[in-house]
Amino acid sequence: MTDQTLERTGTATGERSMGMPRHHLVIFAGLLMFFLVAPFFLYPVFLMKVLCFALFACAFNLLLGYGGLLSFGHAAYFGGAAYVSAHAAKAWGVTPELSVLLGTGSAALLGLVIGLLAIRRQGIYFAMVTLAFAQMVFFFALQAPFTGGEDGIQAVPRNMLFGIFDIAQDRVFYFFVLAIVFGGLLILYRIIHSPFGQVLKAIRENEPRSISLGYQVNRYKLAVFVMSAALAGTAGATKALVFQLASLTDVHWTMSGEVVLMALIGGMHTVFGPIVGAAVIVTMQNYFAGFGAWVTVLQGTIFVIAVLLFREGVLGVIGRWLKKPM
Amino acid sequence: MKLKTLITATALGLIMAGPVMAIDVKIGVLNDRSGVYADLSGEGSVIAAQMAIEDFGAAEKGINVEIVSADHQNKPDVASTIARQWYDQDGVDAIFDVPTSSAALAVHEITREKDKIFINSGAAASEITGTQCSPNTVHWTYDTWALANGTGSAMVQTGADTWYFLTADYAFGHALERDTMAVVEAMGGEVLGTVRHPFPGQDFSSFLLQAQASGAKVIGLANAGGDTVNAIKQAAEFGITQGGQALAGLLIFITDVDALGLQTAQGLVLTESFYWDLNDETREWSARFQERRNAKPTMVQAGVYAGVLHYLKAIEATQSTDADTVMAEMKATPTSDPLFGEGEVRADGRKVHDMYLFRVKSPEESTGEWDYYELVATIPADSAFRPLADGGCELVQ
Repeated sequence: MTDQTLERTGTATGERSMGMPRHHLVIFAGLLMFFLVAPFFLYPVFLMKVLCFALFACAFNLLLGYGGLLSFGHAAYFGGAAYVSAHAAKAWGVTPELSVLLGTGSAALLGLVIGLLAIRRQGIYFAMVTLAFAQMVFFFALQAPFTGGEDGIQAVPRNMLFGIFDIAQDRVFYFFVLAIVFGGLLILYRIIHSPFGQVLKAIRENEPRSISLGYQVNRYKLAVFVMSAALAGTAGATKALVFQLASLTDVHWTMSGEVVLMALIGGMHTVFGPIVGAAVIVTMQNYFAGFGAWVTVLQGTIFVIAVLLFREGVLGVIGRWLKKPM
Repeated sequence: MKLKTLITATALGLIMAGPVMAIDVKIGVLNDRSGVYADLSGEGSVIAAQMAIEDFGAAEKGINVEIVSADHQNKPDVASTIARQWYDQDGVDAIFDVPTSSAALAVHEITREKDKIFINSGAAASEITGTQCSPNTVHWTYDTWALANGTGSAMVQTGADTWYFLTADYAFGHALERDTMAVVEAMGGEVLGTVRHPFPGQDFSSFLLQAQASGAKVIGLANAGGDTVNAIKQAAEFGITQGGQALAGLLIFITDVDALGLQTAQGLVLTESFYWDLNDETREWSARFQERRNAKPTMVQAGVYAGVLHYLKAIEATQSTDADTVMAEMKATPTSDPLFGEGEVRADGRKVHDMYLFRVKSPEESTGEWDYYELVATIPADSAFRPLADGGCELVQ
């Protein structure tokens, strides 16, 4: 694969600092700068939505782009965690950081259970199994007494951060979200570029060969499945606090579809691509809301164009031009 | 002394006669413009709001009204983002419509937090003026309680006293079933049984056969949207209404009847708060609406019109756009408009007016396009909605 050869050249030139190729460091710094300044120009709630979906898309992409596993049920972890976090904040009155942790934990647990069964199948069957489990979670969210049926959990309070800081203000809360999302992104980056990540890529490229080399392929697959689910859960749990609600939209299968779209548009073999994809989709949903039915038509058109003209995604193409993996 | 009086009088006269300070009002119409509720709310609601501004003569009265609109795609998080942005950045004073209960409840909470005004027309959830009521929300057109009560009580009164429920198996279906059942039993009717179908459901044949076999005079459809439409279609295939049983839709709109066609929907009984062919005033307004929209208005669109009208009247009376002032005025003044007639906004935010029980005509009875309903009963305003004390709203205590 081209990106692998590129990666090798990238590391071979030795432009590394703080354990990553210099251009990645520049991108991280640029992103951080942008998101630190952005709330003073753009609407903070919109930015928080972009951030949450960016983390969700990146977590999903860990599984798709690096594990080579197309899960069609990531809404289960995202939405499941959103419900847990919303319920914890509303019914038990726990602090936001604990809500997010609880959401992440529950998503990891759910990922472990579903992953144990799903990784036994490959390709389309893997996708169908994950979808089936996600639909079970949807059904649970619809029926369980604490989820509020189709109304969802509404009016979730933003409790005091660490029990001390008041984060009811959108601007203040924004930086809490920024910290969580950036933490999540750094963890993802670390996973992808660790020896573990290298093995994952090997499994993605040629599974029988990895087995013959002595790797316990299923353990790697399960591990990456759980990590991806957990971080998707972090995104969902944070999102529930941003919007102060958790609803069926979060666990619906269209959410699983949307995240696939984000990863593909941004570039699924890139680290930063899904962030771009998430930004594009969320911006369309938000700022084109006035165009009514055209939003979905536009999303479809962009998707078709992406598939026909640049299959590596936006950042995949840019990375090829710059001859640097994104 | 005389001079002083004269000066004061002149000054007062000048103030009265002089140009009144123009008031800028920005209203947002937030609804589904691309999904399942686009026909019953959508662009039609924006047109209704526009018509209300024109009929009120806002420009002549020194009130500049600007309308913004957006598609919430029936997603509560999209609705929530748009509502926040409208209130925080775009200076929107009031939001109208908002179908889909989850989206409506999200906007309801944000409106409370930002202290603005929300006049809901599209959503059914009776919690909006019940346990979750807010001093910033008016629920205009209908709610699940009114639908259950209208269809339940009016049908029992017409002699249809044995019921069988076909219920969507989730919170909303259960609530609708519970409310209707209570009404039916309170009126002296009998519930022979219920059957729960999965949500969303595709195949209703076995459930419909059970309902048919029960021999109940009425089969109540405690579901919504696609489920109701599918159930009605399949009931038509079994000839249930032709066999003498009545089919009662607990949440169905004229646009659904239009989509189903009279051949399929005939005999269906339903409750609505507005029908274009009720009287001269509704006919006149609906004709003007149809010129712009190429369809007759739904009760949701009519509710947006009437809501905007009442809101603008309150602004004119108070010369203010402050949420608390305007809301106090809206609740203090009885409502009056050509579509819903006389009514009032209660302390809990519930707008009350007459509701109507309709039966869908057969193709032979229908005399033309959009001639769908036959009026069976009128449920007077004082008994059409949940009594003030029963909602559990904290504004009432």
